[in-house]
Amino acid sequence: MPEWILYLLDFLPDWDWLHVLLIALIKVVAIFIPLVVAVAYLPYAERKIIGYMQIRIGPNRVGPRGWLQPIADALKLILKEIIVPTKSNKYLFILAPILAMGPAIAVWSVIPFTDTLVLADINAGLLFVLAVSSIGVYGIIIAGWASNSKYAFLSAMRASAQIVSYELAMGFALVTVLMAAGSLNLREIVLAQSGGLTNWYLWPLFPMFMVYFISGVAETNRAPFDVAEGESEIVAGFHVEYSGMTFAVFFLAEYANMILIATLTSLMFLGGWMSPFGAASDIIILGDGIHWLLLKTSFLLFFFLWFRATFPRYRYDQIMRLGWKVFLPLTIFWIVFMGVMMFLTPWGYLFH
Amino acid sequence: MSNIFADIQLATPEIFVFSMACVILLLDKVTHERMPKASFLLTQLTLLVGLYLVTITVPEGGSIKAFNDMFVLDGMAVLSKQVILFLTFVVLIYSYSYITERKMYRGEYFVLILNAVLGMMVMTSASHFLTIYIGLELLSLSLYTLVAMNRDSDLATEAAMKYFVLGALASGLLLYGMSMIYGATGSLDIETIRSAIQGMESDDTMLILGLVFIIVGIGFKLGVVPFHMWIPDIYQGAPTSVVLFLGTAPKVAAFAFIMRLLVDGFQGLAENWSDMLTIIAVLSMATGNILAIIQTNLKRMLAYSTISHMGYFLLGILSANPNGYSASLFYVIVYSFTSLAAFGLIIMMSRAGFEAEEISDYKGLNKRHPWFAFLVALVMFSMAGIPPTVGFFAKLSVIQALIDVEMYWLAVVAILFAVIGAYYYLRIIKTVYFDKPERNEPITARFGMQFVLSANVFALVLIMPWIGVIMDAVSNAISAMG
Amino acid sequence: MTFEQLVFYFLASVAVIAAGLVITVRNPVRAALFLILTFFTVAVIWLLLEAEFLAIVLVLVYVGAVMVLFLFVVMMLDIDTDQLREGFAEYLPIGATVAVIILLQLVIVFSFGPFDLEQMPAPAAAAVDYSNTHQLGLLLYTYYVYPFELAAVLLLLAMVAAIALSLRGRLSAKRQRPDAQVRVRKEDRLRIVKMNAEKQD
Repeated sequence: MPEWILYLLDFLPDWDWLHVLLIALIKVVAIFIPLVVAVAYLPYAERKIIGYMQIRIGPNRVGPRGWLQPIADALKLILKEIIVPTKSNKYLFILAPILAMGPAIAVWSVIPFTDTLVLADINAGLLFVLAVSSIGVYGIIIAGWASNSKYAFLSAMRASAQIVSYELAMGFALVTVLMAAGSLNLREIVLAQSGGLTNWYLWPLFPMFMVYFISGVAETNRAPFDVAEGESEIVAGFHVEYSGMTFAVFFLAEYANMILIATLTSLMFLGGWMSPFGAASDIIILGDGIHWLLLKTSFLLFFFLWFRATFPRYRYDQIMRLGWKVFLPLTIFWIVFMGVMMFLTPWGYLFH
Repeated sequence: MSNIFADIQLATPEIFVFSMACVILLLDKVTHERMPKASFLLTQLTLLVGLYLVTITVPEGGSIKAFNDMFVLDGMAVLSKQVILFLTFVVLIYSYSYITERKMYRGEYFVLILNAVLGMMVMTSASHFLTIYIGLELLSLSLYTLVAMNRDSDLATEAAMKYFVLGALASGLLLYGMSMIYGATGSLDIETIRSAIQGMESDDTMLILGLVFIIVGIGFKLGVVPFHMWIPDIYQGAPTSVVLFLGTAPKVAAFAFIMRLLVDGFQGLAENWSDMLTIIAVLSMATGNILAIIQTNLKRMLAYSTISHMGYFLLGILSANPNGYSASLFYVIVYSFTSLAAFGLIIMMSRAGFEAEEISDYKGLNKRHPWFAFLVALVMFSMAGIPPTVGFFAKLSVIQALIDVEMYWLAVVAILFAVIGAYYYLRIIKTVYFDKPERNEPITARFGMQFVLSANVFALVLIMPWIGVIMDAVSNAISAMG
Repeated sequence: MTFEQLVFYFLASVAVIAAGLVITVRNPVRAALFLILTFFTVAVIWLLLEAEFLAIVLVLVYVGAVMVLFLFVVMMLDIDTDQLREGFAEYLPIGATVAVIILLQLVIVFSFGPFDLEQMPAPAAAAVDYSNTHQLGLLLYTYYVYPFELAAVLLLLAMVAAIALSLRGRLSAKRQRPDAQVRVRKEDRLRIVKMNAEKQD
């Protein structure tokens, strides 16, 4: 907390709770603004990257090389009318995008960006992440139901079943991480991976890393698991009836969730803010720091976009099969395997 | 935290039964086509080995507690477990042909049975509200599913639904009562509750309220009047092989359950629960015996007879002294074996497409198959409590227990209803021997089953010279309860 | 009134009002949503007790999983609420009596038993490094290990029971056989025929 903020706070009435509240608010804003900027520019990156992959140019009209495209899109969406379909459930219709966006932002409160830069360093951080991100599905279900449209409803059914299924595999994959780290605290999980590239959980838990990341892609309803949107069959799915700002909020929530999954994967498996060269490095830029987290997150985000450009969409039963019959047994097996290795054999050190 | 391995050693039978249930669950996936008999044989093996394990883990004198006082092993637990495992073993022999003929033969059937057995074993050696409740739920959940197992039968589905809803309600009441007791005593451990109650006044509102809820819960589970409504429907609707199971072994478990809760836990409130049980017992004997007279369906008649038998069984417990408890245990064991034989006979008479559950199906059985007719007569004599059979001694012992504590009027009432009850049992015998047969298909049953069933029925009579040995075993079990 | 008390009374009143709405709103989907709100506020009340594990697990399990499936079913079924309401006035006296009795019992428990405010004062604030999760884990896996394992058996049994009752033998639906798909080789599907070019005339 910079000195000047504390200095400003001195002018306020001397109520403890007011200070606590204000400091928390400032921190929230400090996390929220960069997040929104990142969310705005991720679709731009997506269009550009997929464009180049398909030997196109992508958006290039607004601003130099299209750099102002997200701002133009935002303006357009804000100015558009919000159409509420007749016979829809008005309150729930408006509530749905808020419910989708809320959890996507709330989870960031426990994400440690560096050893000290974290809004709320809570003991059960990992559980908090799981719990709050599991609420996100309500936005989709309610949107699908309140729209009073069969496409939206079909999509909501698909999405909710898919998200609930993959949440299990995701949760179990994270159980292995917490077994290795011996803590639910995200900061401690990262600290347990200190000491360079070789100490990241990526190596001992490689299958779980795969399961977690793929489940994360499925969880965010991204390609190739985007049957919930399925433009070609159910015309964009649960937000087919949404327009203007309400649509924009869903859009933002999806990208915020993508960034979240990428960040969490970096924290759990790629050592978070830890440098791959170990902390002993003399050169500042190669030492631990937030830039490593951003780099790792960006790298993983690139995979999200790459998948979308590469893979055809899964069929719905194939998605369910992958979640329930491949990932879930694999994670459960791995938990047992790891428990046996850690406590009954001398090779337990491999997982610490 | 005591040594966990010593604790595990005491619970070996439970762990073994559960592990085998898991093995069967997995193995059935492989063997159900090639070796369909494997699941059945493995289950029987499990029950026998379980019986052996129970027998060798007898505690040396008194009772041993384990798992931080949540598990108790004493004479009653060992005896009840032995009886439960043996009863289930015989039940499965009887039901094998029934379930194969009716396409109910699936690996899950045996897994559910074994889990029910596990639940009963947990109940009999529970010394904590948590374990007693989880044991009860293990048993109930398996039974609900078993009743619904024959999914194409509307009657069975309806019975399962009724059983489930009322069973859930009973569990809720029981839990509510337990939470009240927890509120009053501040503990869930049965021994702690017992000593806490001794330090309290016996008319403490909280305690009495909790006790009432627990008694109601027990009443539902046991199926005694006025909580008996589900019994006839379930006995009639459920597949006979399942009724065979739920009418026998769980009754023994119910005895242990009542002993753990009322006698171990609420000894200090004995006056209160004794009065409540008196009302329940009298109502059950009356309702069960009188309503059984007008039934035309044999399974339904046996259901009402169960209600009345549960009334008799409570007589021993409500006398609230060790003699009464051992009389009750003896009664419930005898009753279980008798009803095992009764339902076994129904299964033997039935075949695919014909359930043999109407009383009229038994008309003139003597002309068709005199041997079966004789077996039916013996079972009915035992049910009615007519002297050469062991059923007589069971009734005698509970009434004796009543006289010991000078409850003469209750003893008179019990005898009166026993006489009324004899009417409908004897009516079956009359149907079998003196009515004209309506059907004349031959009765086909496997030789093995015939043999076991005959042995079962004859045991009801031929056990007489050794009755003293059993009585001693039973009273030893009760006196070793600590 | 301290800040914590303020938060507690706010959350408690939200929980009670939401619970009331669960049984009074006409639309079943809204009722389910109010139930979710109730769970959520109760979870936050647990947080006030520094029981963060229970709070988060309540959200994770009930809000995140159970209620999703519940909502799923409620939305799929066309529930006729008027039909459900038919016996409402008739059963109201019985229901009200039961509710009053339960309320009275709760009052008795919390005011006279060993749980009244004097014998059960607010627990002291835990130390900074206190971890509710750690404590619960220790207790569950040591002291309560036997009932804990039994509860696991109960869950397994529930699963077996549900599958045994709902999985019908009929498998007329077409399904994928991934093992067969993986085992397919080029030779199984493709026949390369070599033939000379023919002259067109």
